[in-house]
Amino acid sequence: MTNEIIITGFGGQGVLSMGKILAYAGLLDGLEVSWMPSYGPEQRGGTANVTVILSDEAISSPVLDQYDIAVVLNQQSLDKFESHVKPGGTLLYDPYGIHRLPSRSDITVVEVPATEAAIASGNMKAFNMLLLGALLKLHPMVSPETVIKGLEKTLPERHHHLIPMNREAITKGAELV
Amino acid sequence: MKEQKEVKLMKGNEAVAHAAIRYGVDGYFGYPITPQSEVLETLEELRPWETTGMVVLQSESEVAAINMVYGGASTGKAVMTSSSSPGVSLMMEGISYIAAGQLPTLIINVMRGGPGLGTIQPSQSDYFQATKGGGHGDYHLIVLAPASVQDMADFVGLGFDLAFKYRTPAMILSDGIIGQMMEKVVLPEPRPRRTDAEIAEQCPWAVTGKRGRKHRNVSTTLELESKTMEENNLRLQQVYAEIERNEVRFEEYMTDDADYLFVAFGCMSRICKKSIQQARERGIKVGLLRPITLWPFPYEAIAKLAPRMKGILVAEMNAGQMIEDVRLAVEGAVPVCHFGRNGGIVPNPGEVVDSLINQFHIHD
Amino acid sequence: MTKEEILAQGGSKVNARPKLLLDATMHYCPGCSHGVVHKLVAEVIEELGMENNAIGVAPVGCAVFAYNYIDIDWIEAAHGRAPAVATAAARLNPDAVVFTYQGDGDLAAIGTCETIHACNRGENLTIIFINNGIYGMTGGQMAPTTLEGMKTSTTPYGRRVDLNGYPLNITNLVKELDGTCYVTRQSVHTPAAVRKAKAAIRQAFINTREKRGTSFVEIVSTCNSGWKMSPEKANKWMEENMFPKYVPGEIKNTVKNND
Repeated sequence: MTNEIIITGFGGQGVLSMGKILAYAGLLDGLEVSWMPSYGPEQRGGTANVTVILSDEAISSPVLDQYDIAVVLNQQSLDKFESHVKPGGTLLYDPYGIHRLPSRSDITVVEVPATEAAIASGNMKAFNMLLLGALLKLHPMVSPETVIKGLEKTLPERHHHLIPMNREAITKGAELV
Repeated sequence: MKEQKEVKLMKGNEAVAHAAIRYGVDGYFGYPITPQSEVLETLEELRPWETTGMVVLQSESEVAAINMVYGGASTGKAVMTSSSSPGVSLMMEGISYIAAGQLPTLIINVMRGGPGLGTIQPSQSDYFQATKGGGHGDYHLIVLAPASVQDMADFVGLGFDLAFKYRTPAMILSDGIIGQMMEKVVLPEPRPRRTDAEIAEQCPWAVTGKRGRKHRNVSTTLELESKTMEENNLRLQQVYAEIERNEVRFEEYMTDDADYLFVAFGCMSRICKKSIQQARERGIKVGLLRPITLWPFPYEAIAKLAPRMKGILVAEMNAGQMIEDVRLAVEGAVPVCHFGRNGGIVPNPGEVVDSLINQFHIHD
Repeated sequence: MTKEEILAQGGSKVNARPKLLLDATMHYCPGCSHGVVHKLVAEVIEELGMENNAIGVAPVGCAVFAYNYIDIDWIEAAHGRAPAVATAAARLNPDAVVFTYQGDGDLAAIGTCETIHACNRGENLTIIFINNGIYGMTGGQMAPTTLEGMKTSTTPYGRRVDLNGYPLNITNLVKELDGTCYVTRQSVHTPAAVRKAKAAIRQAFINTREKRGTSFVEIVSTCNSGWKMSPEKANKWMEENMFPKYVPGEIKNTVKNND
């Protein structure tokens, strides 16, 4: 089973770190993983994207043109990546700021109002975890528990108090779909 | 029970830093430049001077960094630097001195797009610079091209081993993808740094202060007498010939039944593996030859494969550099075409397949 | 200088060749200051018992072959890079006594960056800086320290500050850097000056042995070939023209107990 995923949005939305958390969970589950950022000036407020691959076999290219799953967080990214979702794949998008909706019918399109939920919870930092919760509900490639275990391992001790908030956000995110 | 090795998830640049400490590198000297700054950053975070005694120093420039490497290597220590394309250009004078001085060192270039200040996105456009000289004079570097984070970790040790074996600088020619991407990696087993006594034995030429030696050691590349300078050159060429005999490394992938061959190195070889999968789904049998050592180049391996192919596509993130070596290997036996993207554009697997089909008129 | 003149200036004997000064014919021009400074460096290393752990870093310039004259381990650096080369040699070999030996073009033009930063980091080095205001090896071109109005092959009508900028007093610059522990300017044109220069070089090497930071010893020197003067006239010219701009004497000394 291979999941080829692109997560794409604005810099500062937690795109790269969401990908990193997903990749780390994959590692803990013994999967082959790769995490390839589109870095650079784009980190400073422009678009940012990251390609994450989780697979039970060796990964060839970390660079892809077709994705099983696209997690799309702004209009620019939606316009760019909708056509790159494989037929039968999944497009997951946050409707915040989206005025031109996805139109393909050969893929599963899922709206996840994560921005709205994050604002409602008063914690914008939970935004990318809400999305991750939704993604894992749709495609349980790793378990939410592994994600939390990964956070425990990768977050510096001084940030461990944030873990319950993340756990809650993953659960809440799953309820958004 | 076999001991389970710890698998980590990290960037290629980070893996270099970890591997350097574990290999027992004595010193790292470098200057920040995107996309390789994580090497220095990771070393500073890991503080190896408190554990292995490794020296880490952020220099005032790449020029200073490579000359620190020259100075440190002159004393027999295992010393390295890393940079990205414009910074490596600045180092070229020093690299020529290091080659002339026959100093074992490791230089890492995490390539970005040029020329000039260029872009900070990945590229492979320093192939000529790395394999054909770069600095002045007749010299070569052993050039290793990693295609994974694991390679980044492993090539630190391999690079130093080869550098010390042949008393020559080695280069890891990486790129912004391999440097910046995260993958699983098993780090090498830690080993202690060499003691001064071990260095004195391994490197009798090392400038350490005389330490009771009868003879004194001088690390110099100056020789005004042309006849002697020619002898120095011939001695270097002998070493290079030996390296060419012994150290060619390459990987073949699905070449057994292939009608077409990709030749690609580094991250481009990874992209090509996906292209091969896509091409084979469309009924086109393609294989890959990935040079692991760019110098010495696997001319023979390519020459052997070429006659079985209908065509060879050299895929590089540059305007056509390695293709010159492939053409030298093929000697006109089959058509050799080029696929390239420039300036930091990372091609996707489909583009490469389309290029193969178009250039060789496969569905005509 | 004749033996009589030496004695008249208070000298009592002509010293033997220092053990570490190799029995080689130096390539320096007659009258050049390099030979004297080489001898002093050799004497100091010998007297301090550092012949087994001294590492010299030679420059590009007239002193490029310094390694042929003093019987210790040496590294020959690229032009201007001696302080960077020495930085790594010193950091990787903490029990070595590392020094650079550089001219004005090497240290104050092409190598300014490495000089400033090595001094600013307080690298544990001695820097011997020969300042003769000219490029000797390449045939007498303008140096960063060439005086205003001074004729060189690239300032045949004299250095004009409106075209070439001002003579660079790099020693006064490095004095300001917190990493330097000892900064001094000496000369070797009289026996008395030679004795003072030797004491300065000795102090610098002791500082390096004791890991006190960067010691910087400028030797204002003559280049009678480049200046197109007899050695004697060059000495006089130096006193009259170089010393007002490059004033000899101790410039900075943070070391309380000198030994």
